[in-house]
Amino acid sequence: MDYIWQIILGAAVVTYIPRMIPLVLGSKKELPDIVLQWLTFVPPAVLAALLAPSLLLNGNSIDVSLSNTYLLAAVPTFFVAIIWRSMVFTVIAGMASIVLLGLLLY
Amino acid sequence: MAQIEKCEVKQHNYVSEGMFAALPIVLGYLPVGFAYGVLAREAGLSIFETVMMSLLVYAGSGQFIAVGMITASSSAPAIIFTVFLVNLRHLLMSASFIPHLKGFSTKVLALLSYEITDETYAVAISHFQRNKANLKYHAALNMTAHISWAIAGFFGGLFGNLITNPEGLGINFALPAMFIALLVMQVKSKLTIVVAISAGILSVLMKFYAVGNWNIILATVIAATLGVGIKWITSGK
Repeated sequence: MDYIWQIILGAAVVTYIPRMIPLVLGSKKELPDIVLQWLTFVPPAVLAALLAPSLLLNGNSIDVSLSNTYLLAAVPTFFVAIIWRSMVFTVIAGMASIVLLGLLLY
Repeated sequence: MAQIEKCEVKQHNYVSEGMFAALPIVLGYLPVGFAYGVLAREAGLSIFETVMMSLLVYAGSGQFIAVGMITASSSAPAIIFTVFLVNLRHLLMSASFIPHLKGFSTKVLALLSYEITDETYAVAISHFQRNKANLKYHAALNMTAHISWAIAGFFGGLFGNLITNPEGLGINFALPAMFIALLVMQVKSKLTIVVAISAGILSVLMKFYAVGNWNIILATVIAATLGVGIKWITSGK
């Protein structure tokens, strides 16, 4: 099978399984409290684990300088996210920050 | 009895209620789905492949990661495994639906679970706080969100090659910005902040010291375990 289609179909299957298994099979068996508690920490942890490298790593080195536009843009983006808690405002604010930084710095 | 009568009389309204509830999601999905479409075309996907990924995978962050890794020429198994890790968070959302959807058949649950995203989950779970589960409402909510996501990807794919400088439009920052929004929405206590910061630092250090794609799952497992540990200690057990 074609490389792209392997990824599309494979990703579809592995995305569906965690969505489906608990709801379809879950009512038959209860998860222990400690597991449920552990799972509540997974969403913030996984999102931070994904986000941090995109802001702090430039290529393969840690970049906390003022030339790191992603890190600079993250500041107003976080601000908008905390104030409005809206995905659409946050995404627009983030993209606008990158554009403005591009105009200011170059 | 009043509940049942209300259902029978106002049955046709559930579809429009569900669609209306999906409107904020649609507003969120259009720019992000468009950005995905642009990046997917940049990664070399056809428009058909771009839209099919949105229809079949239907997971924003997973799709961004996939096309990002396709651009970086990662192997198919590495990409699929990373998408699995990224979307594993839906396990908990699916689990927390159980008490609300217990009455429905396995077939219905299998279909509804296909539609779980961070955003539809948030809307549905708040609907359950005030209302009983209604199949028409949830079908309308989910279909509206799903279709808008696919259409946004289609337009991104269609017009993406007209945009010669995506970096200048800040479109490559759509993914980090979306993660910032979702991360902020996940913060419910000081402990979740501690967990998130730990995961972020661990992830950067692990990636810096070249653990490959494992940085995400390792950082998540360690930080989530840390969270349970701190909660366990501070609750005095």
